[in-house]
Amino acid sequence: MGGTEDLLAKLHPLERKVLPFLHEGVSFEELVEKSKNKPVEVMRALQWMQNKGIIAIQEATKDVATLDKNGIDYAKRGLPETRFLKALTKKLSEQELAKKADLKKEEVNVCIGLLRRKNAITIQKENKKLVFALTPEGEKIKEHLPEQEFLRALPMPVDQLTSEERFIYTDFLKRKNIVKKETAKKISAHLTEMGRKIIKEKIHDDYIDKLDIDMLKSGSWRGKKFRSYDVLANVPKSYFGKKHFENEVIDYVKKIWLELGFQEMKGTMMQSAFWDLDCLFVPQDHPAREMQDTFYLKNRQYQFSKEEKELAKKIKAVHENGWQTGSKGWQSSWNEDTARKMLLRTHTTVLSAQTISKVQQLPAKFFSVGKVFRNEALDWKHSFEFYQVEGIVIDEHANLQHLKGYLREFYAKMGYDKIRMRPSHFPYTEPSLEVDVFHPVKKEWVELGGSGIFRPEVVKPLLGKDVPVLAWGLGLGRLFDYFDIKDIRDINRNDVKQLRSMKLWLK
Amino acid sequence: MPTITFAKADLEKALGRSINEKILERISFLGMPVEHVDDKEIVIEVSPNRPDVLSLHGFSRAMRSFLGIKIGLQKYTAKPSSYKVIIDKQVQQVRPFTVCAVVKGLKLTDEKIRELIDLQEKVHITFGRNRKKIALGIYPLEKIKFPIRYTAKKPEDIEFFPLEINKKLTANQILALHPTGRKYAHLLEGQKLYPLFIDAKNQIMSMPPIINSNTVGKIDLQTKEVFIECSGFDFSYLSKSLNMIVAALIDMGGVAYQVTLQYVTKKVTPQLEPERMKLDPAYAEKILGVPLKPAQVKILLERMGFGYDGKTASIPSYRADILHPIDLVEDIAIAYGYENIPEKIPHVATIGKEDAAAVYENKIRDVLTGYGLLEVKNFSLTNKKEQQEMVLQNRPVLEIENAFSEEYSVLRRSFLPSLLATLKRNKHNEFPQHIFEIGTVFKDDCKEERRLCIALCNTDTDFTKIKQILDGLMQALNKPFVLEEAKDYASFINGRVAIVKVNNVNVAHIGEVHPQVLTNFELEMPVAVLEMNLELMK
Repeated sequence: MGGTEDLLAKLHPLERKVLPFLHEGVSFEELVEKSKNKPVEVMRALQWMQNKGIIAIQEATKDVATLDKNGIDYAKRGLPETRFLKALTKKLSEQELAKKADLKKEEVNVCIGLLRRKNAITIQKENKKLVFALTPEGEKIKEHLPEQEFLRALPMPVDQLTSEERFIYTDFLKRKNIVKKETAKKISAHLTEMGRKIIKEKIHDDYIDKLDIDMLKSGSWRGKKFRSYDVLANVPKSYFGKKHFENEVIDYVKKIWLELGFQEMKGTMMQSAFWDLDCLFVPQDHPAREMQDTFYLKNRQYQFSKEEKELAKKIKAVHENGWQTGSKGWQSSWNEDTARKMLLRTHTTVLSAQTISKVQQLPAKFFSVGKVFRNEALDWKHSFEFYQVEGIVIDEHANLQHLKGYLREFYAKMGYDKIRMRPSHFPYTEPSLEVDVFHPVKKEWVELGGSGIFRPEVVKPLLGKDVPVLAWGLGLGRLFDYFDIKDIRDINRNDVKQLRSMKLWLK
Repeated sequence: MPTITFAKADLEKALGRSINEKILERISFLGMPVEHVDDKEIVIEVSPNRPDVLSLHGFSRAMRSFLGIKIGLQKYTAKPSSYKVIIDKQVQQVRPFTVCAVVKGLKLTDEKIRELIDLQEKVHITFGRNRKKIALGIYPLEKIKFPIRYTAKKPEDIEFFPLEINKKLTANQILALHPTGRKYAHLLEGQKLYPLFIDAKNQIMSMPPIINSNTVGKIDLQTKEVFIECSGFDFSYLSKSLNMIVAALIDMGGVAYQVTLQYVTKKVTPQLEPERMKLDPAYAEKILGVPLKPAQVKILLERMGFGYDGKTASIPSYRADILHPIDLVEDIAIAYGYENIPEKIPHVATIGKEDAAAVYENKIRDVLTGYGLLEVKNFSLTNKKEQQEMVLQNRPVLEIENAFSEEYSVLRRSFLPSLLATLKRNKHNEFPQHIFEIGTVFKDDCKEERRLCIALCNTDTDFTKIKQILDGLMQALNKPFVLEEAKDYASFINGRVAIVKVNNVNVAHIGEVHPQVLTNFELEMPVAVLEMNLELMK
């Protein structure tokens, strides 16, 4: 134990104000009265002192008789029976009396019964009317009616009532809203061994509690002691502003590509089927175009610009017969109306197509991290909106080795060391390559993204010549593992508590 | 992606190898991931561009050459015959083409029949786009009499026993009552005439693309010879499908015969001769990035079932996925092994550049998180009620044609409802809740707009609090602005909403949200909001 010295230094000003009035079993009320502090301050001081081992707080409950609604009124204006007696300065009829004493008919009736039992009034019949008068007994008690005295004395603990008071109290409880029983907490402080020691100490009140500007200016802190804090105590939580954790990951992914010399592509989420699918050589009867996979906009059609009209001619030819690409094409007719449907982009590869059509200088490298849409109901592992990491390298000398190199680098930076790349199929790439990562916890290969080299049928109409274009569309990957997300819906749950407690992306 | 399921023993027998880890890995490196394997079965995912491997025989043919057991172009032939199918011009409008073949010498077992039916169904679904592009029919040869007519008749003139039914039904009854009829009825919707195969005895053999006749259109264990037809809209596409089936039947031990098709001009199918395509080995070298000698290209192509003479590749007649020499290059890469291609990042000097708007948005995030605000991210898809009624607005919203639920059926036009809905979901959490979101809104004219929205929510939230943040933000962004009292912003309390103008352009509005709107979102705490058009801030 640090002794009383240390403890005294830790006392809060409130505690110091209360401490001098402590004695064994002192009541809360007494401390409030004597320390001249607010009850809530005294309570706080007591709790702190209990934490410091100076006192033990005891709470006992007690029944207290208090005034009820009518009781408060009667305490001020007098009980009906008091008013009755006081009004009877002379003989009065019932009406006269009710008016003079401001009593209701039923109050008068109650009073009659009561006061007759006390032998305080007489009743006579005069001219067919009831007439009241005071008895000597009534004259004697009208200023000191025990009931009225009792009201004035409230509140009182029920167990401290005299037998007469208890009788009145019981009677009042039967009448309407005069008194009520309340359960009050009785708080008292009991000294511990330490407490007994400490109250004998001299309480200095020259400890510095808060270091303020004046003290610093005047130097008045010199030679004084600082109150010690309970530095181990918990403090209330405070929250800092924060980016959404998904955006932190997106920023990191963007940084990877920027460092590798890629330029960011941007574009709209609403797209035409033309750019999203037709320019990527997705046949017009491909299942991915069907309603159950792609969100289409109601009653909206894409309007081709002049340049796009020219491009559409080439795209039509590529689909139907391969145009000048050396391909046979899909050998089925291509319909412009199908291409003019508006949809929510199904992949960010649409941005790659648009970028290729505009690129000025080769070699060029582009990336994007953007939202894509699939017509899927929301459940723990499916979402209709999610992010895709897109990249293209347009380079006369690009080849499969480079594609593998970029993907390896990206996944290594994302924290996946064990990946495998195997053949796959996409309508717009050839060769096509799927990246699997080895999931360290699940101990199995998990598909993470598709990639490949764009087909000449894609590149030539857009770029004007056939140049190898490495391309990939990958998932965000680590997001789920890193943030321990088991349910995809938690990414957009927007629960303030979850967002506040989420760790940062520490890369 | 379609999957195929094989009995493990059957596949082992067809390959002449036992299935071990090594073989399973090789299957994956052929571009067909093994989805499941146990003692009895093996399930493989097949790329939709390879319908030719959708049968045990087709798959093991590809695997045998890939493993080096039997490489190179396999010879498939069809003998000439006098079988004839006459194509009437009535079918032109409905389903203009058919291609046909006869295969004899089959010893069908239960397994083989199952394999055939399975193959037929898989081709229907994938390559045939659910029978739209291709409908296949297989018939026991002994039950039909040549010449066969491919014709079209009015539905009321059609009546036959459809598969699995012991009762004669009319065409319309089949489409209305038969399970297969109901499933594919939409393919004949609006047609005046329905296509039919009718034999020389005037028996209806089938009504493509719906169903075969139960009498003459069903093969069984006694069947040794079959007639195959394939109908649709594109002759060469149909020919590929026919070739796939015929090759599988030849692999089963059958002998194929050609059928003469009497169109306006005569045609003969199947044509099983390989197709030829020029391929420069340098092209493959360039794409793979590894040195390849012509002899090596030849071996690699042979491993994928092609032939090659150093200049021209011979493509099996059943391969439907070779449109361009690049498709051969991919097969060369697969045979070479993706895993054997080195990984390299080339030294190409390009300069990285972040999108300017994205940089700007991140600056805004910095300011707002500095104010202690929390970023949230809502979906772009939402609903009309939230976007209009609940915020007392009636601006038009873009609707999704085929939404899967009412809750997510329109694109959001404003951020206010999203943020209020977010606060509603967080009522049980600790206050203050000061949140913001940066994202896209979608306008009726199909234009998109980047927006910032801030919502402050606490007991002491008021106009001053949101204005303080606006002041700080605009100062940080170096955008002097003026405020103007706003009228008719129904979502806000009248007299407590203002427009923010930069260079005389409205860029944002701020205000205290109307209590009726708060009540609509079941909020019991005041909310002040800023919504800003970021397109106008650049």
